[in-house]
Amino acid sequence: MVADTFREETRRWLVANAPAAVYAPPRTADELCWGGKKTRYPDDVKRWLDVMAERGWTAPTWPREYGGGGLSAAEAKILAEEIAKLRLRPPLTGFGLSMIGPLLLHEGSEELKQAHLPPIVRGEIRWCQGYSEPGAGSDLAGLQTKAVRDGDDFVVNGQKIWTSYGDKADWMFILVRTDFEEAKHGGITFLLMDMETPGVTPRPIRLISGASPFCEVFLSDVRVPVRNVVGRVNGGWRLAKALLGHERTMIADAFKERDDARRLVDMARRYVGEADGRVADPVIRDRIAQVEMDQACLDLTLARARDGAKAGHRPGPESSIFKLYGTELNQRRRSLMVEILGPQALGWEGPGFEDEELKVTRDWLRSRGNSIEGGTSEIQLNIIAKRVLGLPD
Amino acid sequence: MDLVLSAEQELLQQTAREFVAGRSSLKRVRSLRDGSDPDGFSRALWTEMARLGWLGIILPVEHDGLGLGYMDLMVVMEELGRGLMPEPMLSTVLLGANALLLGGSAEQQKEHLAPIAAGEQLLALAHQEPRSRHAVHHVETRAAPAGGGWILRGEKVHVLDGHVADRLIVSARTSGAPHDVEGITLFLVRPDAPGVRVTRQTRLDGQNAALVRLEDTPADRHTVLGEVDRGGAPLTRVTDRATAALTAEMLGSMTATFDMTIDYLKTRVQFGVPIGSFQALKHRAARMYAELELARSAVMHAHRTIDEGRDDAAVARAVSVAKARTSDAFMLIANEGVQMHGGIGMTDEHDIGLFLKRARAAEQTFGDAAHHRNRVAQLDGY
Repeated sequence: MVADTFREETRRWLVANAPAAVYAPPRTADELCWGGKKTRYPDDVKRWLDVMAERGWTAPTWPREYGGGGLSAAEAKILAEEIAKLRLRPPLTGFGLSMIGPLLLHEGSEELKQAHLPPIVRGEIRWCQGYSEPGAGSDLAGLQTKAVRDGDDFVVNGQKIWTSYGDKADWMFILVRTDFEEAKHGGITFLLMDMETPGVTPRPIRLISGASPFCEVFLSDVRVPVRNVVGRVNGGWRLAKALLGHERTMIADAFKERDDARRLVDMARRYVGEADGRVADPVIRDRIAQVEMDQACLDLTLARARDGAKAGHRPGPESSIFKLYGTELNQRRRSLMVEILGPQALGWEGPGFEDEELKVTRDWLRSRGNSIEGGTSEIQLNIIAKRVLGLPD
Repeated sequence: MDLVLSAEQELLQQTAREFVAGRSSLKRVRSLRDGSDPDGFSRALWTEMARLGWLGIILPVEHDGLGLGYMDLMVVMEELGRGLMPEPMLSTVLLGANALLLGGSAEQQKEHLAPIAAGEQLLALAHQEPRSRHAVHHVETRAAPAGGGWILRGEKVHVLDGHVADRLIVSARTSGAPHDVEGITLFLVRPDAPGVRVTRQTRLDGQNAALVRLEDTPADRHTVLGEVDRGGAPLTRVTDRATAALTAEMLGSMTATFDMTIDYLKTRVQFGVPIGSFQALKHRAARMYAELELARSAVMHAHRTIDEGRDDAAVARAVSVAKARTSDAFMLIANEGVQMHGGIGMTDEHDIGLFLKRARAAEQTFGDAAHHRNRVAQLDGY
């Protein structure tokens, strides 16, 4: 069969080209390769990125003319399966591949596609998302960052916040207000902005977990060429929303590819103890089963959505349940880990605590943000109530 | 196998939906509950269901079945659940016919399966006991050897449709202690055999069950289903398949409960606006929707796992995940349904209460959520 040949050849090529160091899947998002000019990656990671990018396999289904792999959905599935079977880490991740790239493919002008897609495939440019503002969180369409036309440029002034990896990114896709007369959703424009432009100042925000994955980005008289508008001026809200739906599915998917499924049980055996081969505390044991069974149901629901899409059903607003449920389930899992550790989860740093214990604590703190970022749980519930259930305003 | 219905299954679903809406109604369900109908279900409807082929969906073609799978059965069960149909699908087809199919001899299958598919014979599985709670292998009913056969003695409870069954399949202990999986034997018992006393039970959901007392009932070796002492494993295989079908029925019932509640939120006006415009109710409705979708995935997966011919442990796990989920989700949706209906939801006149009662009965049938979480933990080795 053709598919079998492709699978065989793919596997052979992967084995021949993957450096030994990339066989272990990364344990955290920070260990992934995000590309970009501002981060240096270990040689093997860089080599893995380069060989895969050369074949376009960092973006397997994108057209070859933009540097992609030009694979069919079926071939891309085979490639993903073989990568998973070999336990190879993905060569590249980030918002270029998962968010702005797909949007440009569907909505971008030929000029924007030519300019931006190939560098994304090669991992040369790392992207960040300029959506939230201090005054526009859940009410995203209330954003106030202003862009005023001046010749061939827009001059942008304002402030973005909760920009993931804003200090490490090379370019930002940003929502700005180009018309203050229009209704709230009508005056928004979707721009592409080089982070090296004078007037752009990212500043990391320290979180309760101690980490700083988010930035504030200050924008002062930043000149962005008009040719960097995606879609049409004042027509950005539709694009922004399309991307948000995408982001929500991505967030839920991220929680699917979780740690080893045995981890809760192994931790419980060590910290809570065993009796007759069972986790000794029946309450903890029941809660582990609850979390794992809820996870199974979420995974099955994601699989059902994919099977449905394959059968030609259009994905709808029901994907909001993935974001809602996936994030809250992850929070329950992280919290349960802390409870299993007991007093050993009280460490912040230093002696008396293992690295793994410290990580459990910080991961729990970080997880509290899951139901806030990318649209709070309450916003997801509003979307379901309105768009799926048709409840009145 | 994908988690998506085929075109044929969608058609079957449509037929079943129209059948339930057109031939049954909650009014009929009420009159069966409130009247003194000796059967508690409609034999005429049962015959129609047989003619549609539904009683034989999972039965082999050589026994006049359709030879289809559990995914096909699932769509019919869901629609029956939508209408709270009391007809004896679970007892006769899922428990009775399956016990014959998975444990019976060729002669036993030949004798009973075709009449079952034709709607001419009703079966019941008498496995539950006063002290067994949710453990199917907890069997205190004794089968004592006597002259080449056995004498059965014990008490069975919640025997679904036991009051109308033409044959009872009884689990009895031929050896071992009350909790052992080994030492259980299944017997095919006539309800008119000596020492058998069947007493109809009245349950909160109005569905039909009976007490079965066995007082020195003789059973010869032709009445044994499968092997002596080896009935425990087939019993689990049977109850797992019945549990899967019950989760599909529950899915239909909870969908009806949910739809009824959403309708009410859109039409009930207080403070001059539909109460569905209040965020306190919207958010709870949205969470119910998420629970419903997750339950649907788990139910489909359980049926698919059986159809794929996976091993007993895989089927057990998938079924337990589905039963835990549907038990919790149905209770949540029914409780919230009554709450959101307010005072009218507390009246017997309103239908929402029928669904709350069914949620409780279904939750307690074949093990509640905690029972199935315990089972998954055991299967997963912790």
